[in-house]
Amino acid sequence: MKTFGGPVLFLDRDDINTDEIIPARYLTEITKQDLKPYILEDLKLAGFDPKGDTTKQARVIVTRANFGCGSSREHAPWVLEVNGITVVVAESFARIFRQNMFNCGMAAIELPKPVIDTLFSFQGCADATVSLDLAGQTLTIRGSGREESFSFEIAPFDKALVLAGGWVDYADTKY
Amino acid sequence: MGKTTAEKIFAGHLVDEPFPGAKVLRLDVVMCHEITTPIAIADLVARGKDRVFDPKKIKAVIDHVTPSKDSKTATQAKILRDWARRQSIPDFFDVGANGVCHALFPEKGFIRPGYTIIMGDSHTCTHGAFGAFAAGVGTTDLEVGILKGVCAFREPKTIRINLNGALPKGVYAKDVILHVISRLGVNGATDRVMEFRGPVVDAMTMESRMTLTNMAIEAGGTSGICMPDRVTVEYLWPFIQGEFPSKEAAVDEYRKWWSDEDAVYDKVFDFDVSELEPLVTFGYKPDQVKTVTEMAGTPVDQVYLGSCTNGRLEDLRVAAGMLKGRKIAPTVRAILSPATPKIFQDALKEGLIEIFMEAGFCVTNPTCGACLGMSTGVLAEGEVCAATTNRNFQGRMGKGGMVHLLSPASSAAAAIEGKIADPRKYLP
Repeated sequence: MKTFGGPVLFLDRDDINTDEIIPARYLTEITKQDLKPYILEDLKLAGFDPKGDTTKQARVIVTRANFGCGSSREHAPWVLEVNGITVVVAESFARIFRQNMFNCGMAAIELPKPVIDTLFSFQGCADATVSLDLAGQTLTIRGSGREESFSFEIAPFDKALVLAGGWVDYADTKY
Repeated sequence: MGKTTAEKIFAGHLVDEPFPGAKVLRLDVVMCHEITTPIAIADLVARGKDRVFDPKKIKAVIDHVTPSKDSKTATQAKILRDWARRQSIPDFFDVGANGVCHALFPEKGFIRPGYTIIMGDSHTCTHGAFGAFAAGVGTTDLEVGILKGVCAFREPKTIRINLNGALPKGVYAKDVILHVISRLGVNGATDRVMEFRGPVVDAMTMESRMTLTNMAIEAGGTSGICMPDRVTVEYLWPFIQGEFPSKEAAVDEYRKWWSDEDAVYDKVFDFDVSELEPLVTFGYKPDQVKTVTEMAGTPVDQVYLGSCTNGRLEDLRVAAGMLKGRKIAPTVRAILSPATPKIFQDALKEGLIEIFMEAGFCVTNPTCGACLGMSTGVLAEGEVCAATTNRNFQGRMGKGGMVHLLSPASSAAAAIEGKIADPRKYLP
């Protein structure tokens, strides 16, 4: 199983699509590692720098509704993974992106809008971190001496995929 | 309680339900292209599992960048080509025989009502036009599909979209689906199947139905679905005539896939298309839609006619009918990419290619290329394209470029004027 949690990158917009996460012009790369420099390159968002330290240090993304819409490219979770980001917390996800995350053994965590709003109240904290207790299904955010915890739902199948390290290993032993 | 088409297909293909809400389905077709498949192939090789569940059920094509534009895309094509040969996949389409996957595979007769289909491509939802469940997936799902012939889904609920009335002149399937997406929003159908029903769909060709189902994903939908009827049977007849004594028999047989009268829908939307106008997107999301009248006069640098949404023969016929005897504006460049070699040849025979070239269009080989900014029509920073494609995301057709999505007729009008324009004034 992968490790989950660490510094947060806040992306304060609905409908961030997979073209913004990894533009199609880089889909000609043959290895996942080669995608690394291009993370979120086309995302235009006030105060966001795809090449900045916050992006480099991030281990968790906190964002809004319908994250990962558009293309089916699994290059989107891959570019996050090779940059050390294994958790995305959002109000909702596009179906294919969500499945790709779990299939890769990564965590796509959905939380209701009021909770997402609370998470965004930590956006100004330079030291904001999120930790994830998958077994206990609890997420904790810390920053500027504050701390808040929330329980989350995860479908049993999706949890099994994360614990198995992804869908290929799971399916290979079962089908 | 009755079942929807999607529920019937799920029930008929269920292999396992490992956890409540997770359904593993047997797959009838696994489609592959050179962008999302090579990494799956590499992983299978690395795991010592370089094999396929059934070569006849795998369909492969090089379509996104073809002929290859550089060493990297040539390598991707080579990985797919070598694998198709190694695995003895009979239906592999290389340069010369290749076209845009979601136009090519239906044309080859690979789709049947009641099928389950996956591909590492979000517009796989197109094939639901035949009464199939067809879903885009990522590379890992594709890899398991190739190896095991199964895929796991949360069973989607179905949204029924009733299209009533009759299409006015100058309004096409593309305008209808843009209108539907503008009402549902870009995540209005997430984890849902979009079932298109009503007299407008009944009167549509398979090509137009594929335009509808193609863009289901732009509302977040898992698959679009139309009921398989006489039109479906006519389209499939060359491929199924050995299976049925008559077309009527095929229509009757396929009727079993129709949603039951008492099926339960998550939501039902009713649209009357009779007053609809030609539409165009204005922002960076496909649900940001205005009428061409509102947007008329917006300058464009490029016009693109093609893609899995609108690169089929009927699309070319409509545009050519408007372009005949006219020239494109001197301020614009226009590109036509017929979606398959057959469409290209049919258009040649009908004299359509001549009309496009006389008007000033560049005609490219069949490829996805420009739609996602990979080749044959990439935009420069700050440029604007009027395109018959399916996504207007920021930078989609090239970094810093903007895309206005519209119908083939509206694309022809934009080519003539060099700006967004009402197609109705140029229709014969």
